[in-house]
Amino acid sequence: MTDEAHSMKTLADLKQVGDQVRIVEVHGDDGVAIRLMEMGLTEDEEIELVGFAPLGDPIEFSVRGYRISLRETEAARVEVSD
Amino acid sequence: MSDSVTTPSESSRLTVALIGNPNTGKSTLFNALCGGQARVGNFPGVTVEKKVGQYQFKERDITLIDLPGTYSLSPRSADEMVSVDVLLGRQDDIPKPQAVVCIVDSSNLERNLYVFSQIRDLNLPTVLVLNMWDLAKNRGITIDVDELRQRLGVTVVMTSAHRQDGIEAVSEAIIQVVEDEVTPPPRLFPEAFYAEVEKLSAWLVEHGEEPAHFYLHERMLLDVRGASEEATNKENTLQLKEYLGETRLRLAAEGCRIPAIETKLRYNWIREKLDGVMVRPASDQTLSTSDRIDKIVTHRFSGILVFALLMFLVFQAIYTWSGPFMNLVEGGQNFISTTVEGWMPPGTLRSLLVDGLIAGVGSVIIFLPQIVMLFAFIAIMEDCGYMARAAFLMDKLMTKIGLSGKSFLPLMSSFACAIPGVMATRVIENRRDRMVTMLVAPLMSCSARLPVYILMIYTFIPASFIFGWLPLQGTVLFAMYALGTLIAIPIAWILKKTFFKGETPPFVMELPPYKWPSPRIVFDRVYDRAKAFVVRAGTLIFSVTVLVWALSYFPSDHSELHNLSIQMETIEVTAPAEQETLDQLSDQHNLLAGKLIRESYLGRMGVAIEPVVKPLGWDWRIGIGALASFPAREVVIATLGTIFSLGGDTDEENPGLRSTLAAATWPDGRPLFTVPVALSIMVFFALCAQCGATLMVIRRETNSWRWPIFTFTYMTVLAYVAAFLTYQIGTAIGG
Ligand SMILES: Nc1nc2c(ncn2[C@@H]2O[C@H](COP(=O)(O)OP(=O)(O)O)[C@@H](O)[C@H]2O)c(=O)[nH]1
Repeated sequence: MTDEAHSMKTLADLKQVGDQVRIVEVHGDDGVAIRLMEMGLTEDEEIELVGFAPLGDPIEFSVRGYRISLRETEAARVEVSD
Repeated sequence: MSDSVTTPSESSRLTVALIGNPNTGKSTLFNALCGGQARVGNFPGVTVEKKVGQYQFKERDITLIDLPGTYSLSPRSADEMVSVDVLLGRQDDIPKPQAVVCIVDSSNLERNLYVFSQIRDLNLPTVLVLNMWDLAKNRGITIDVDELRQRLGVTVVMTSAHRQDGIEAVSEAIIQVVEDEVTPPPRLFPEAFYAEVEKLSAWLVEHGEEPAHFYLHERMLLDVRGASEEATNKENTLQLKEYLGETRLRLAAEGCRIPAIETKLRYNWIREKLDGVMVRPASDQTLSTSDRIDKIVTHRFSGILVFALLMFLVFQAIYTWSGPFMNLVEGGQNFISTTVEGWMPPGTLRSLLVDGLIAGVGSVIIFLPQIVMLFAFIAIMEDCGYMARAAFLMDKLMTKIGLSGKSFLPLMSSFACAIPGVMATRVIENRRDRMVTMLVAPLMSCSARLPVYILMIYTFIPASFIFGWLPLQGTVLFAMYALGTLIAIPIAWILKKTFFKGETPPFVMELPPYKWPSPRIVFDRVYDRAKAFVVRAGTLIFSVTVLVWALSYFPSDHSELHNLSIQMETIEVTAPAEQETLDQLSDQHNLLAGKLIRESYLGRMGVAIEPVVKPLGWDWRIGIGALASFPAREVVIATLGTIFSLGGDTDEENPGLRSTLAAATWPDGRPLFTVPVALSIMVFFALCAQCGATLMVIRRETNSWRWPIFTFTYMTVLAYVAAFLTYQIGTAIGG
């Protein structure tokens, strides 16, 4: 990973329920990345943090008018900006 | 390949494929169209269910193929490739569909149209069904259908499938679209991309490949390491991988970056088409209510509490509530057996009927109460939206053994019975996770093991206390339950590292809004599962039971035994007061029955394997007991009863059986059963795959003999080694 990758903000960094961000990019070309994009997590899309599972992982988000659950490792693949 | 299946003389026949996202009401529409008439099977070589229905509409015979619910048509595995193959007419056992019906959830149109946009690329006559129309209306979502029809260039039908609204319009649309000219698919990608796909097609033909549909080559370029590439190029003899890699680089240089480009372009296209056509209200009541429920149900404390309560309920249902129904089945079986015994004199035929056939049918039906209970719960939890939350809650825990939250319920149910547990693994869409869950499920201590534990513990484990307060017997019982679970962890881990290794599957999961479960859906699902079990696993379970009956009956001469039975039955009728004679005869009968089973094929096998079981501390009698319980572990009690000449009608609470076992000795007079022997028997039963029904269900669910054989082998080896260690260590410590 590059330094840039370390400093980028991802969905996994969101802490506050109700936080809204804009998707910059989903990193990777494996099954996880593809599935994320197919579910509508594409560039410039708004996404909101809805809640956490009791052990802090997975995480629930709202995107394109529906609710989706992502594991922390999956959320970390989604680069976002405020 | 099978394009020629539809001959002109069959022109009134129509084959139609039905596809859409999960939870869009696809099965409801399927049933509404076909009236519940469907043939269910498996596609060859994969674990995908094949559901085909037939119906007639306006003189046309329509064959409807239900494809698995999916968010996209970008196959990454052989299982996912099936849908593409069916749609393109490449699946040998199914004619090429003349039309495709794509069903979407009108209240969640944007994401649902993604797979639709891919289906358009197939260039097939397409009907777009906007289902859940009622729901969209209730939620204040408006859709300008005429405008949408114009913009998408396909026939659009609105339905509320659960109320049968608009079903006829779907059939009308189907027979119409096959006549109409197909609007060519939109060209979403830059021209450079299409040029590359054409180049690829030409290149493949040049290299000796059959010409194939444009969509397949589109997928080859778009799906990095996808199934379309894999299917064409198993050994990479063509250097296809390199070719595709270079092409992707070229395209990326022109600003067409794979894979991100596809989702971006398709979603942009969807936005554009929906702009001004679909309007959502500013605040959606359904979603906000659902979010409020989620606040409680996925909360750190209340969420766990609700979950624990529900799981307790499920467990009670399969473990306890199904008890009376199982007794009913047993009662019914006894009643029929007794009736038959009343009609027929003792003899081989009667034994075949009662102990073979009737017992065989009974051994299938006996599992139905548990299956029905579990699937009723699963169907309710699934349909109201809780199932996804349960997986959400448990996921973190299950990732520790390399599985996902969806494996929790199947594994937990297996503590009651592995059969519904294995069947419940269907909720896991990832094949590798599903396989691993299925293969470790039989390690969970099911209710059929309990009688063995009880017999051994209460006969041979002293009722003392560890540290003066911890009851030893209860602790041993707990240890037996824990054993299978603890062993399942490394087994799952090893399976994940060997047979089922691969990239961690995404756990990206939709959390649908909560709703009231529909009784009809619940009933249908339970009925489906029960029927599948009886019809397809049942025959095999039945055959195994009959086979074991034959092994334990032949080749011994049973005429003397039958004579004794006749005498006893005559006395029972004519002179019931002669209890003493009856007891005498009964003792003789049991003694003889014990001798006969020893002389049977099964008994000979037991004697032959004595050297094998001796290191476990067992003699041949225990060996026969274990052998006889391979089809169903609970029969061990009755078998031990027969072998130790107590008659077969004993149970684990029977004081006679307990004292007989306690008094049993080796030929040299040493007691046969010691604490280490009892422990080694329990450990063996805890880990061994002594359940023909489970193995048959695994065979049915995996569509192959390989996995039941594998399960049987690994569990038996595991059981043997563990029982060996238990006995040897136990003896060394001084049992
Ligand atoms: N409100 C509403 N519910 C529907 C409609 N069609 C199906 N359902 C319900 O949606 C749920 C999922 O349906 P099902 O057919 O199992 O969906 P599948 O997963 O796509 O096969 C069930 O509870 C159905 O009763 C509809 O048009 N409107």
